[in-house]
Amino acid sequence: MQIKKSSEIYDVVIIGSGAGGGMAGYVLANAGIKVLMLEAGPFFDPAKDSQQLKWSFESPRRGGNATRPMGDFDAAYGGWQLEGEPYTQKDGSDFQWFRSKMLGGRTNHWGRISLRMGPKDFKCKTAYGVGDDWPITYDEIKPYYDKVDRLIGVYGSMEGMDNDPDGIFLPPPKPRLNELFVKKAATGLGIKVIAGRGSILTAPLPGNKDRGACFFCGQCNRSCKIYGDFSSSSCLVIPAIKTGNLKVLTNAVVREILTDNEGQVRGVSYISKDDMQEYQMNAKTVILAASTCESARILLNSKSAQHPNGLANSSNMVGKYLHDSTQGGTAVILPQLMGRDRFNEDGVGSLHLYAPWWLDSKKLDFPRGYHLEIFGGMMMPGYGGYFGFEGAVVPFLNGYLPGADGKMKPGGGYGLGLKNDYRRFYGTMAGVGFHGASTAKEDNYCEIDPSVVDKYGIPVLRFRYKWGNDDVNQAKHMQETAAAMLGKLGGIPLLKPQGPETNYGLDKPGKGIHEVGTIRMGNDPKRAPLNKWGQTYDCKNLFVTDGSVFTQQSEKNPTWTILALAMRTAEYIIDQRKKQNV
Amino acid sequence: MNRRESLKAIGLGTLTAGSILQGCKPGENSGSGADVQVATTGRQDYEIARDKKLVADTFFDKHEMATIAVLSDVIIPKDTISGSATDAKVPDFIEFIVKDEPEHQLPMRGGLRWLDVQCLNRYNNAFVDCTAKQQIELIDQIAYPAMAKPEMQQGVAFFNKMRDLTAIGFFTSKMGINDLGYKGNSPGKWEGVPAAVLKKYGLENV
Repeated sequence: MQIKKSSEIYDVVIIGSGAGGGMAGYVLANAGIKVLMLEAGPFFDPAKDSQQLKWSFESPRRGGNATRPMGDFDAAYGGWQLEGEPYTQKDGSDFQWFRSKMLGGRTNHWGRISLRMGPKDFKCKTAYGVGDDWPITYDEIKPYYDKVDRLIGVYGSMEGMDNDPDGIFLPPPKPRLNELFVKKAATGLGIKVIAGRGSILTAPLPGNKDRGACFFCGQCNRSCKIYGDFSSSSCLVIPAIKTGNLKVLTNAVVREILTDNEGQVRGVSYISKDDMQEYQMNAKTVILAASTCESARILLNSKSAQHPNGLANSSNMVGKYLHDSTQGGTAVILPQLMGRDRFNEDGVGSLHLYAPWWLDSKKLDFPRGYHLEIFGGMMMPGYGGYFGFEGAVVPFLNGYLPGADGKMKPGGGYGLGLKNDYRRFYGTMAGVGFHGASTAKEDNYCEIDPSVVDKYGIPVLRFRYKWGNDDVNQAKHMQETAAAMLGKLGGIPLLKPQGPETNYGLDKPGKGIHEVGTIRMGNDPKRAPLNKWGQTYDCKNLFVTDGSVFTQQSEKNPTWTILALAMRTAEYIIDQRKKQNV
Repeated sequence: MNRRESLKAIGLGTLTAGSILQGCKPGENSGSGADVQVATTGRQDYEIARDKKLVADTFFDKHEMATIAVLSDVIIPKDTISGSATDAKVPDFIEFIVKDEPEHQLPMRGGLRWLDVQCLNRYNNAFVDCTAKQQIELIDQIAYPAMAKPEMQQGVAFFNKMRDLTAIGFFTSKMGINDLGYKGNSPGKWEGVPAAVLKKYGLENV
């Protein structure tokens, strides 16, 4: 066995092809810079590889989740656990880490909910008295949000809200029937419900001939064959390859980033899954975008004489301030919809209706807040779809509601009556999800497990993550909102109210798949690994562009901010190259 | 990586094309889709290999499959709108899903045996050899959870699972999806809920 060392020197090597790596690669390649992108999984082109428009019966498991945790058609090569690539826990933590190893990463299956953070979100400490302020303001990042909107496309409605800034919007999709019932209930509680905001081309994207407009199958999680929604693979990496300036090396698992005698980055060491050989690659500049936790892992594993506790970690903050959003929600069967009219109600595969945080947290026992995501409608009958919601409960609920003949009968049963019950319940479910802001804390972190390696011999991550009182109080408030909404909605709740014994239904950390913060930006090099450009304080030719750069998350889903910051960092690199600083 | 090349490398190249062609035309599938095709496009190598192994393996024996067929048709019989569970090849789906999700194997195998022993004690025959009247007499004791006697609770648990798997298998088949009246999965323009439907529920101004 030997390490194969390349003599070629790339201008920029990008580690990771998700939202952050894809955007950096797109901007740099279009500026004429020679870029090599390393992706740990295989090539994935939604045009060829998407499971879009398949019927449930084309899956032997009918869309079930035995091999893909979000269903057989979901466009994620990965899951909560990967064979031979474990992660471990500390102090009784149970952090959940969703990884997707493929070109485009998790952007192939994500919810496309595309929200800007607001002015107060960037100044969390000043505005709310918790966490830390970012080293940048909304005004500094606004031009990049605007450019991302124009480049990728996002639908929404102009609302003029202070901390939920409008973008440059395509027309929003109309709501589904069930969603209107939820909107009515929320409105009755004084919650302002607006159109969702999602990166789906509800109309042709001006100036773009490579992407088709949405045809409303509602299957964005399968990725889109006509590139009608945003995936990093379809919208950034594949177009960047076409410039001739970006080369992608797939199945390349990065072991560590290499440094020279001065402690500056000189290249990358990786293992190829194709031949299981070890390689080294030379780079003038490295951009790390392997995902929030994986990027921290790579830095912490990149130890040298100049960087004894990991690369770019003189602050000792790499891996710390890991934070995910809080989650809650409820769902009901609406009896008034039993036997409802059938029509194609697929809509888009993202949010139709959404409610930004609507209260003043100064009057509450937790800082900041959460938003509402409304869902419901007739979905393709599938194992885990219809049969994860209303279908699964039919043999119980048919004992609580009168039959088509108006008579009560015992729950359960079989035969023609039961068959008819499945028809009557179809399309009656509606619900709401809550996604909240959690404050970053130094003692929620990932670190290198001192005694465990993965199948490539790379030391693995160990997690330490505990929800705080603010998070639990927020979850309690979500339960109260859910109860109030159920009161207005009527119907039969599908989820039990949760109390203190379950932290009010607060999900395990990581389950929101909004984890950020492990390589944060900050003005003080002693307290943060990155400056406000996403450049490491310790190595001027090392940058980070994924979710790890977040100083502090908000209740807005992070992807749109990752894209805007990655674009900004890439433009900064172009500028610094011109000045010969990197 | 080129996926087709990698498939060839593990010896699946020739099977790939046929599976893709058939897998891409839902309209030409049989009533159930239960003649299981292993899809390869956009699938990871381990998924393809796993699916092929599951399809090749057999879990239930002939007697168990015959019992499952009778039970599934009792649960979902033919009516004027659609066929029965066996018309939609639900037993084939159940055979696959217990291999795919092994947690069903013990409750299904044990439950089928429980059912046969109940029938042997009462009627001197295995379930499939009982008269239709006897079969229903027994099913009536396990099909209504809130009414079942304590000593029949194991049967209730089995029937709950059997009913769920039957309903999933039926209503996710082509026949069952048509039966439910799902109109989507067809490219078009979503213009919102039809005005007449909005009016029916008084939601015109929401």
